[in-house]
Amino acid sequence: MSVSGAPIPDPPAHAAGQGELERRVWAVLESVPDPEIPVLSVVDLGIVRHVRRTATDQGTGLHVGITPTYSGCPATEVIRQSLRAALDRAGFQDAVLEEVLSPPWTSEWLTAAGRAKLTAFGIAPPEQAVSRPRHLLQAPAVTCPRCGSRDTQRVSEFGSTPCKAHYRCRACLEPFDYFKCL
Amino acid sequence: MSEQHARFRYLLRLGDSSLVLGQRLGEWVGHAPTIEEDLGLANLSLDFIGQARLLLTYAGEVEGRGRDEDALAFLRDAPDFANVTLAEQPNGDFGRTIVRQVLLDAWQFETYEALTASTDTRLASIAAKALKETRYHLRFSSGWLVRLGDGTEESHRRVQQSLNELWRFTEELFTPDEVDTTLAADGVAPQLAELQARWSARIDEILGEATLTRPPAVPYPWHGKRGVHTEHLGHMLAEMQHLQRTYPGARW
Repeated sequence: MSVSGAPIPDPPAHAAGQGELERRVWAVLESVPDPEIPVLSVVDLGIVRHVRRTATDQGTGLHVGITPTYSGCPATEVIRQSLRAALDRAGFQDAVLEEVLSPPWTSEWLTAAGRAKLTAFGIAPPEQAVSRPRHLLQAPAVTCPRCGSRDTQRVSEFGSTPCKAHYRCRACLEPFDYFKCL
Repeated sequence: MSEQHARFRYLLRLGDSSLVLGQRLGEWVGHAPTIEEDLGLANLSLDFIGQARLLLTYAGEVEGRGRDEDALAFLRDAPDFANVTLAEQPNGDFGRTIVRQVLLDAWQFETYEALTASTDTRLASIAAKALKETRYHLRFSSGWLVRLGDGTEESHRRVQQSLNELWRFTEELFTPDEVDTTLAADGVAPQLAELQARWSARIDEILGEATLTRPPAVPYPWHGKRGVHTEHLGHMLAEMQHLQRTYPGARW
């Protein structure tokens, strides 16, 4: 299968141990930004769960699994369309996009690169482990992405998108978004 | 009652409760006391509608008559809705919306947590997803109830009054019928008595911190789960379903 268009960047860590074709697909997926937080790719966000090949008589037999962040996140449909378009453009028209609901998406799937990009963008990355649901009934202490102070205060549990809360820093006095733990 | 029918009814109860509550909270958009709470209530609404989509899609598949999430949401009348009666109660003032929200968030929290162990693996995965969101809902709503209850004399009086008036709908959440007992026997759904004990302890803790008084238990006369609703649901559906009723099959 030929791949047209822009040069393909180095394959991401996710592709380790996979074949050449899967590595090229991962690279294409990495080029798709999240519509709400465009500094992150959908791979940084952990929305892409797998790239697999199944045995087939014709075509590549590629399957790409994606999972929604929040059940009602309106970006989910846009992400699906962007991924479809990116795969088509790269020549993977027969790749099947499939929804994966279990295990549910968690903010722990944000990649290290993704966390660094978030902070640089002015959004505090998630602070807590989410393995124990009841633990999260307490609000976490959040570090200001601008000045690094821990003296911050939650303004609202909900921000401009389902995945963010609204905070302010008491040291530098700047408001900022916090990427919630889920 | 067949297991399949019980499962369909149970999924409708959960899905319709989320859908109706999501629609109610959506009525706040542009009207909440501050921009932060406007966004907060809209965020909750979005989560509930997302959960309703997952649950109603599954309900339609279990029913096996070709109805999808949209057909179930927009083309049924009130008697076919199976939401708990509390979810359809009008918003009232902000405090009343918060009281309704705390009672239902705590109910959903216990329900979804129990359902993560359901023998129905698809329902278990929907519950695991929804449970994570419900933690935020409960933290939001209980935080506000504490602020209002332990706030000014007027805010205390108003949320206590809403609590007194809405309390009569809470027995329905935990009164089992044939659907609940059929599914509890299979391990699909939890035993409601166990949920009630946990819900009750959590509510007592929140009410204590909010300096509010738990109203006395009242006999159970509400049957939203079985399709017998208060008059409020019909009015809400008239607005929610208006477009699909007027222009059947309309898309954009």
